[in-house]
Amino acid sequence: MTGSMPAALPPLLEANPRLDRWVRFPGPGRVAVSTGRVEIGQGVLTAMLQIAAEELDVAPQRIELHTGDTELTPNEGYTAGSQSIQFGGVALRLACAEVRELFLDTAAGRLGCARGELAIRDGAVVHGGAPTGEDYWSLASAIDLGRHATGGARPKPAAEHRVVGRSEPRLDLAAKVFGEAAFVHDMALDGMVHARVVRQPRRGATIATIDEAAIRRAGNNEIDIVRNANFVALVGADETVVEAAAAVAPGHVRWEGVEPLNPQQEEARWLLQQPSIDHVYGAPLPAEAGARTNRREATFTRMHIAHASVAPSCAMALYQDGRLQVWTHSQGVYPLREALAKALKLEREAISVRHVQGPGCYGHNGADDAAADAAAIALQRPGTPVRVRWRREEEFGFEPVSPAMVVTVAATLDGARRPADWTTEIWSGRHTGRPGRSSGSLLAADALPDPPPPPEPVDPPEGAGGGGTRNGGPLYAFPAKRIVHHLVPETPVRTSSLRGLGATLNVFAIESFMDELAQEAGQDPVAYRLSLLSDPRACAVVERVAAMAEWHAGAPGGAGHGRGFAFARYKNRAAYAAVVAEVEIEQEVRLTRVWCAADAGLVINPDGAINQLEGGIIQAASWVLKEGVRLDHDGISSRDWESYPVLRFSEVPEIAAELVDPHADLPPLGIGEAAGGPTAAAIGNAVAHALGARIRDLPFTRERVMAALLKG
Amino acid sequence: MAAIELTVNGRAVAVSADGDTPLLDVLRNHLGLKGTKFGCGLEQCGCCMVLIDDEPVKSCGRVLSTVAGRRVVTIEGLGTPERPHPLQQAFLDEQAGQCGYCLPGILVTAKALLDRNPAPSRREIAIALDDNICRCGSHSRILRAVEKAAAAMRGGDRP
Repeated sequence: MTGSMPAALPPLLEANPRLDRWVRFPGPGRVAVSTGRVEIGQGVLTAMLQIAAEELDVAPQRIELHTGDTELTPNEGYTAGSQSIQFGGVALRLACAEVRELFLDTAAGRLGCARGELAIRDGAVVHGGAPTGEDYWSLASAIDLGRHATGGARPKPAAEHRVVGRSEPRLDLAAKVFGEAAFVHDMALDGMVHARVVRQPRRGATIATIDEAAIRRAGNNEIDIVRNANFVALVGADETVVEAAAAVAPGHVRWEGVEPLNPQQEEARWLLQQPSIDHVYGAPLPAEAGARTNRREATFTRMHIAHASVAPSCAMALYQDGRLQVWTHSQGVYPLREALAKALKLEREAISVRHVQGPGCYGHNGADDAAADAAAIALQRPGTPVRVRWRREEEFGFEPVSPAMVVTVAATLDGARRPADWTTEIWSGRHTGRPGRSSGSLLAADALPDPPPPPEPVDPPEGAGGGGTRNGGPLYAFPAKRIVHHLVPETPVRTSSLRGLGATLNVFAIESFMDELAQEAGQDPVAYRLSLLSDPRACAVVERVAAMAEWHAGAPGGAGHGRGFAFARYKNRAAYAAVVAEVEIEQEVRLTRVWCAADAGLVINPDGAINQLEGGIIQAASWVLKEGVRLDHDGISSRDWESYPVLRFSEVPEIAAELVDPHADLPPLGIGEAAGGPTAAAIGNAVAHALGARIRDLPFTRERVMAALLKG
Repeated sequence: MAAIELTVNGRAVAVSADGDTPLLDVLRNHLGLKGTKFGCGLEQCGCCMVLIDDEPVKSCGRVLSTVAGRRVVTIEGLGTPERPHPLQQAFLDEQAGQCGYCLPGILVTAKALLDRNPAPSRREIAIALDDNICRCGSHSRILRAVEKAAAAMRGGDRP
């Protein structure tokens, strides 16, 4: 009997309890599996398919996977935060296990035997290994999957896994390698028009004058101008002329109510002078903070960082017969539907939102805004599919960016020069601003009539993994540790989530400082950390990467060659990752090699997980070595790949990444963001080792390297 | 307007479009070849790379009138799932990609490299691919895949 024991459901199964929301048997030999998770370049669909195939005992080829569709799939919120497998996968696994047990129960009744005597092999019920004539499809009409999950099923132990734990090739890669129309950018619907938006430069800005005739002339007089309050879009059948008009249109619109920005706010230290919303987490602040000779402190900063997806955002929308359909590469189709309903004053039920793949997504970029643009235009053009593709300059200039941050770490040392009291003090803008909540925004909504109030200044709560505070608390066994968080509500540009959120700079700061403390204690950085880690899994990844990199205590640095180490457990509750980086420095930092060991518990697709680690390492290296959003009086001025350079092929290091015990019968832990912080810090430590002086401000520009060389 | 004639993936085509139309728009919107991607429109990212008379060219920066009578090869001209180009096979074997948006341009750049240098070093491959941006960080796998494809092509997979 399934579910005789009441069991706590995983949160996502609790929220989507109907089993047929996850699994259906649409026809002979076919299985339909739904996941609210979406493919954003991370390979999650392949892993979800493996989970379902494993628990249902069917060949993966039998499964059609539905993903990110408000008409079909469970509401799992956003695909974000390295939570897809850890939470979404766990819910799918339990739902599939329960379906399998339900079918075995029914088969046992029909066959007059005990359930324990039966098994399923590629969808067929077998008894002692022999066919019984029953299968999922012969039994399906007798079982109503419209029932609620009980959570009583027992997923397979890892030792029985045959599909999970295999490096299955990615489902989506072939279409991309052969140049198929795999992306929302490639969609073409009959009668489709192309559109570009003339962006409102800032919330609250209003149009003083607009020379519509000049804009039309630039579009060969083949375009229409759709205008609604301060929302202006150019629409036409020929993308080339629409684009030509869009390129010059901003010069034909004069805006009012645009306060000039202070370009000096591109560096982070201005945050220290701003009003902030303050919280203390962890140990209470020490009563007296007088001068103490055993107190150490260091401050680290980072500029705003762009997601810089390789293509700008795109969306399609069609408004027909009172219904709005939207195709988008948003990370969350359900939250986007809420936001669209609010912004466009439509009933939620009149909107369907479907995910279609886009360029790699590393957090809240322009995808939702482009979807709202397309929807707002579609409402003005009933019956006509509207395709909006942002311009490259628009994506760089108007996507939400990751906030600039300042982090000060301070430690009071005991007699053995180990931290007895630790404070991580963080100044940051918000790391969330996703639409669909009062804290979120959609650019189109700000420009349309009756714009919403400014978003509420909130950050992801520390209890949910934190935003600015993410990984602000070191995992090390210090007697007292705390986070002091200053959330700065007013930032020069819109900010939101980027892969790792606050963890990148927090881990960079903590792990840089740990190296400085190790040096003061006269200890090897790896040995110093091991002496302060009590979690055996943490120690295991540290020891593994040290072995991989043939780390030697006291290896000589300086003379432009250095190695650095760093460790963190993402959010202090997802995957563990330890990294060693090696650099050569003349005038610029050249990252030559990176080693990484990670423990993500049970890994569904080991090669997919390694791919995520490698990608995280390269992206973090790019942040640290190159990246920072530039500002001028008008806003973001780094609007192309020359003013916002990222790591190129000839600059990437050789990488070795390994998983510690990937087949362990342990809960899966999110891995997509685990390598970023440790990579950033390991590079920082390698640079300090090579220069004999530490650079505490990111990125490591040639100017900063030269200044440190003079100091070292 | 008079139609402009060119060869795309071995097929003669006549395009009735303004001579100033970017080749990228011609391929995607007039010929329905969606494999070549828009990335920046600024000739900086390589997503739109095609071959023109065997040379790698960013198609966002070339207009139709300049390719009259030329041979253009796009990702669709490299191979098919049934008959993959060794580069495409190697990218699948190495699982060399994440979001995959940059891959058509990278495959085209790599083909141009291997056609003129059948045995490039890893450094030479990397420098050739510096014209292409990959933001997901699949670089290591891509470099490995190009090396493997080069080896396979030298090994006589092709005449």
